Amino acid sequence: MIRVELLKLVRRPRTWVAVGLLCMLPVVVAIFVSTSHLAPPPGKGPAFLSAVLNDGSLYPAAGMAMVMPLFLPIAVTVLAGDSIAGEASGGTLRYLLIRPVGRTRLLVAKLITVIVFVLLAIGAVVGTSYLAGSMLLGNAPPAAVGEPGGVTSLSGAPLTPAELALRVLATVGFVTVSMIGLAAIALFFSTLTDSSLGAALGALSVMITSDVLVTLDAAKVVQPYLPTRYWLAWVDFYRDPVFWRDIERGLLLQGVYLVVLLGASWANFMTKDIKS
Amino acid sequence: MIRTDAVTKRFGPVLAVDGVDLDVREGDRYGLLGPNGSGKTTLVRLLLGLVFATSGRIEVLDRPVPRRVKEVLPEVGALVEGPAGYPHLSGRTNLALFDAAGPGGSRRTRRQRVHEALERVGLGGIDARPLRAYSLGMRQRLGLAAALLRTPRLLILDEPTNGLDPRGMREIRDLLAELNAAGTTVFLSSHLLFEVEQFCSRIGIVDRGRLVLQNEMAELRAPTGRVLVSSPDAGRAAALLDGRVERRDGDRLFVRHTDSAALNALLVEEGLRVAEIGPERRSLEQVVLDVTTTSSDRHD
Repeated sequence: MIRVELLKLVRRPRTWVAVGLLCMLPVVVAIFVSTSHLAPPPGKGPAFLSAVLNDGSLYPAAGMAMVMPLFLPIAVTVLAGDSIAGEASGGTLRYLLIRPVGRTRLLVAKLITVIVFVLLAIGAVVGTSYLAGSMLLGNAPPAAVGEPGGVTSLSGAPLTPAELALRVLATVGFVTVSMIGLAAIALFFSTLTDSSLGAALGALSVMITSDVLVTLDAAKVVQPYLPTRYWLAWVDFYRDPVFWRDIERGLLLQGVYLVVLLGASWANFMTKDIKS
Repeated sequence: MIRTDAVTKRFGPVLAVDGVDLDVREGDRYGLLGPNGSGKTTLVRLLLGLVFATSGRIEVLDRPVPRRVKEVLPEVGALVEGPAGYPHLSGRTNLALFDAAGPGGSRRTRRQRVHEALERVGLGGIDARPLRAYSLGMRQRLGLAAALLRTPRLLILDEPTNGLDPRGMREIRDLLAELNAAGTTVFLSSHLLFEVEQFCSRIGIVDRGRLVLQNEMAELRAPTGRVLVSSPDAGRAAALLDGRVERRDGDRLFVRHTDSAALNALLVEEGLRVAEIGPERRSLEQVVLDVTTTSSDRHD
């Protein structure tokens, strides 16, 4: 079943359009920055961008910082929101279930497909950003990463290319986990409704509410539990030494969201009357 | 093959299926007849474990549903409320994906299985165009092909000839008859009297969620004990058979008599011309009208 779901993922034009659009953003930004030589001043614009003018090798991180807050989550919610609801509204859900595909198995296959999509999308973004960075932006040795100050507050110690690669890899892992938490929310909504748009909107509204509350001092009490609270904690991978506190909390929080919402999706889906 | 015991399904305030006792036997060509909205589709969904009964028991292939539905479904082919597939993929790819999703069925023989199923329903020559370009009739055939993929013991088909032209309906009916002759039990639901009358050996009639009748077709359509005579000399014939004519309708006489051959001989002996003669049978329409109340989509 997982194989079938993956086949459906790669044979769907929408998947590649989404990945293409995600990759385009960092490339477009790289073109503007490289032709104008005007990086945003530290503290403004996407993270890392002020540091990349001289050194393109940090551009994958800058690319992640561009797609992470909004673009990637939207793609993930659309895909995860569509996973069950889309099959329901297309009428294929009933045929899958009578094939028979167990409901649990279907749910797991859908989640794994979303994870694969996230990895694919992030991998593509990192790859194209790396190419764009090394071709369009400065090629100074990675030591330049150590510039102090700036929005990234990087700690000053130089990074070797191997260290940098490791940190980019860690970033991919952390962002994937963050997106899985969001995907679990969208998947839950997807088992509630037969409208994939409704499910995606539901998950997006959760994300936006969380985004707003994270910046609201009055909501301090709930902030540590908001799904998007630690989303940007991967920036801490680029400090020296790595600042683990928020990263660990972020991973734990997403794990809790995943378990709770996957459980809720499962409980709901197992007992649901399939009327579509 | 299928046995339900007072199965009831309530959707909120609506009682969709109300205490239905289905009894489908091995080898039957069972027709579930009822107007749209009478609960046929819900009943089919209950049998397949898509919808869970509020109360009552269901057994399919001698196993309880939904508890052991996983063992039942591999031997069942079904069409529920119209065919469905992924619109951007071809019919062949859709079937292959569908086949791969289920348990069993070797990957090596998949292409062959898909091809055979397509041949059976008359789609052997389809090209690679995507499903969204298919006509309703082609989709219906593809849905049937999907139901036949794993050579099931039981076919549960909801409105199987929907969207087909008369020739297509006939082809599908012949295909189902062929499968039935080879041992497949066929359970179909329809609102088309003609379809059920032509194909089924046993019928159930649902009206507003209740099974109001379930019987062998042969019994329902047994001679009524009257002979229908059509004659240009109807007036003289009526006089001759005085007392036995129950009703006269122009040239047509309804005569209480069990043997139409003997009656024919009698009339001819008297020099009366007979245009048509034969035992009267209830039409299926009459059976349905007798057991159902009002049209289900009326709201007086």
